[in-house]
Amino acid sequence: MDSVEIGLWGVPLAILGGAIRVSTPFIFVSLGECLTERSGRINLGLEGTLVFGAMSGYAIAYETGSPFAGVLAAAVSGACFGLLHGWICKFKGVNDIAVGIAMMLLGMGLAFFFGKPYIQPVAPDLPSINFGWWSDVPQVRAALQVNVLFILGGLLALAMAWMFRSTRVGLTVRVVGDSTDAARAMGLDPDRVRLLSTAMGGALAGVGGAYLSLFYPGSWTEGISSGQGLMAIALVIFARWNPVNCFWASLLFGGAGALGPALQSIGISEGYYLFFAAPYVLTLGLLILTSSPDRAMQGAPLELSLTK
Amino acid sequence: MTTFRNLDRRSFLGTTAAALGAAALGGLARPAQAAGDLSVGFIYVGPKDDFGYNQAHAEGAAAVKAMAGVTVLEEENVPESQDVQNTMESMINFDGATLLFPTSFGYFNPHILELAPKYQDVRFEHCGGLWAEGNPTNAGSYFGYIGMGQYLNGIAAGHATKSKKIGFVAAKPIPQVLNNINSFLLGARAVDPEITCQVIFTGEWSLAVKEAEATNALADQGCDVITCHVDGPKVVCETAVSRGAYVCGYHADQSPLAGDMYLTGAEWNWAGVYTDLVASFMAGEEIPNFLRGGLADGFIKMSPLGPAVSDAGRAQFEAVKAEIMAGGFAAIKGPLKDNAGNIIAADGEAFVETDVKLESMDYLVDGVMGSTS
Repeated sequence: MDSVEIGLWGVPLAILGGAIRVSTPFIFVSLGECLTERSGRINLGLEGTLVFGAMSGYAIAYETGSPFAGVLAAAVSGACFGLLHGWICKFKGVNDIAVGIAMMLLGMGLAFFFGKPYIQPVAPDLPSINFGWWSDVPQVRAALQVNVLFILGGLLALAMAWMFRSTRVGLTVRVVGDSTDAARAMGLDPDRVRLLSTAMGGALAGVGGAYLSLFYPGSWTEGISSGQGLMAIALVIFARWNPVNCFWASLLFGGAGALGPALQSIGISEGYYLFFAAPYVLTLGLLILTSSPDRAMQGAPLELSLTK
Repeated sequence: MTTFRNLDRRSFLGTTAAALGAAALGGLARPAQAAGDLSVGFIYVGPKDDFGYNQAHAEGAAAVKAMAGVTVLEEENVPESQDVQNTMESMINFDGATLLFPTSFGYFNPHILELAPKYQDVRFEHCGGLWAEGNPTNAGSYFGYIGMGQYLNGIAAGHATKSKKIGFVAAKPIPQVLNNINSFLLGARAVDPEITCQVIFTGEWSLAVKEAEATNALADQGCDVITCHVDGPKVVCETAVSRGAYVCGYHADQSPLAGDMYLTGAEWNWAGVYTDLVASFMAGEEIPNFLRGGLADGFIKMSPLGPAVSDAGRAQFEAVKAEIMAGGFAAIKGPLKDNAGNIIAADGEAFVETDVKLESMDYLVDGVMGSTS
């Protein structure tokens, strides 16, 4: 491959490429968490679900030779974790945050345990669509290798926003999330709605994990996530429980994360630890800018233990 | 919840004591190890099959396991914190380990330095640290001159690169890493003095996504041979290959990951070192507190050259390798400046591979693009 000198253009290109490459797990985990939280529960266990999804997706893709079977397996295992969380939280006096932390550790522990034999083998990758066909520059082509899961994540964000706004299912989730009493009065079963929302959220987080191990960075190692699941949960608050905003926030986070390596590659190398903090600084800055002295936690589901 | 509240302190203590007693009995009931068996503990900072640093050590441990009269204990994913002290103490107190190999750089100071005086009968052999006069005498540090391996990597890279730009994904700017970066470039410059090396630091030993981003950024800037110094080179190798760049390996053999794009690699060869150390420990021989070795001593080895290495590259690689094997080879030699323009070595001055000064290296040489902070 003959590369072209792109110099400073490397930085915006890396941010664009990084936003597309790195953001997908954030998109899936934050959409999953968004759904769960809109139903009035917090599932902090999604970091563990993400790691377990990465492991199970990789393992099944390797065993069957089909990366899509891996994604499916990751979704199913994620749903199981979600169901477990939802079921435990049904009991009186159980704190969903504490259960979430336990589930996070459980998910990671199980993933490390079952994942041992799969560190060495190489599993097939998920295919990507080349949106850079119009360009002669190999760097642009590489940056525009878009994975199908990324596109799926974008569509899912739109679909979920539509669901919350104008479907019966969305309304049900929102009622349960805003007032358990009102939901009961309407004849809904809040525990069941939350159970299903948590299971669905877990399934999405599992898919996010499969993206990590099957596309980018594309291998199963125990350090694959490095806290991305937890950051995605924080992104939901940052995105004010709005699925479309979750998508944009994930893109922003992915792009900002690419800044550190890209700046070093063009020779701006002093203080790289500072550049690596860019996503967090950016988040802090935006939170301060969008905060309001009058309305605390705008958009937050009222039954959330965070806001109660 | 009510059952817990009804449980009074006395019955709680009783139950706990009974449980602990049962656990202790369970421990005694375990099959006792053969009398006189030596227990050797290996501690890794990451998973022991990471295609990298930890795998290299685990392969050495596997060789020790095959020795007669030795029991090997292993624990992986032990952070460089109080955790490693707990692991070491449990290996000593519960498993009777008398020889420990805590293999990560950050285990030495303060953790080994704190524990060694407490357990005078135990030998602590640490990888990578700088044991100095005044440190506990039952502790020691060993390491290999793997910078020479990166120098040879550089020669293979120098012949393979077309863009005259090679890339290095590095974890942290500590002396060993800096020595590897500098050696990689100087090896390539022995082929063509116009070659430059771009380095990107990720800031951590194992950060999969950031390593992939760094590799992509290097490829974007036209680097067509990439190597690394992170704990598990798997992600860097696979990403580099997917971007059409050649790979030089590190720590262990990554040729199964990179296929024809694999030029060669600088590998640890701990099997020989560990079996020798354990054998002399069992024989009661003196083990030097400060142990170092290179290619000639079998501490490191090179991966077999890949099909992409040209005949000229092959010839120069073998010639320099022979020079290194003969001893006294210096990668850092004058006239040489660092990349800020300070003089590192005057004309005629040379730091041979065994020079202890190289182990406190804090500069990147001229031609390396990057900075140490």
